[in-house]
Amino acid sequence: MRTALLIGLSALGFASGALADFGRSNPAPLPIYKTECAACHIAYPAGMLSAPSWQQLMIGLTKHFGTDASLDAATAKPISTWLQANAGTGRRFSDAPPDNRISKSSWFVRQHDEVSVAVFKRASVGGAANCGACHGHAAEGNFNEHEVRIPK
Amino acid sequence: MRLRSFNGHFLGLQRHAWRVGAGLLILAVVAVALPAQALTAADQLAAYAAQSGQTPQAAPGQEFFVIKHGHEWACASCHTAKPTVEGKHASTGKTIRPMAPAANPERFTDPAKTEKWFRRNCNDVLRRECTSAEKADVLAWLLTLKP
Repeated sequence: MRTALLIGLSALGFASGALADFGRSNPAPLPIYKTECAACHIAYPAGMLSAPSWQQLMIGLTKHFGTDASLDAATAKPISTWLQANAGTGRRFSDAPPDNRISKSSWFVRQHDEVSVAVFKRASVGGAANCGACHGHAAEGNFNEHEVRIPK
Repeated sequence: MRLRSFNGHFLGLQRHAWRVGAGLLILAVVAVALPAQALTAADQLAAYAAQSGQTPQAAPGQEFFVIKHGHEWACASCHTAKPTVEGKHASTGKTIRPMAPAANPERFTDPAKTEKWFRRNCNDVLRRECTSAEKADVLAWLLTLKP
């Protein structure tokens, strides 16, 4: 009985890790994270990067993927604290993606392996960082794959 | 309005009216006590003008806004050449609400926010901070725009 329970729970744990589509388990973002970090793009869920990756991003905000996104220290501190507390953990985050870029994470690439480079290049999509183009509820942290609509 | 307590019994609103009243009182006190951070765009223009020691000029402000300053972007690259309309982030495509105060009354009412975005965006466009005179000229021009 206990063995069956253990096997069942492990299977569930493994499945949820492998299938985690950030659709059901995102904590609501810290309001100041949404205010400060969703002015130019969606509020990427904290669980999409590891704590060290978030730390590097927060240190390097003056050179944030080609622009200056700097914050004063008083504003940055609660955001950093929240990111560290809610960052992704576990095996899939053992390697930082190049430039700490979410769309270059191995889990992201795997999740989108059916989406061609050409699709990401469409004007209507606007690149892999623009989650909202295909994930209509991305701004609310919902990336449920059953609600994906890829524009032409 | 009927309230249902945890164990399923109905409770009359009058039993909880004091909570509503207390909440409203606290709100009122807080609203009065909080220092007003909002200024008008005209106030901010006056502040930049005073800092620069010069009279703001709209025409140079417009030119400053639309040209590229030796690098990839102009202010207009994201905010459009006449920002009474929505702009679009040149990298992410994110919609940006109009910059002209006449089209968007929220603009330039929070000095900290204004300064933050001038710092970032001048670094992007000019690779340096904008001077107070430049900020004053731009704001003077934006204040002339009508939707």
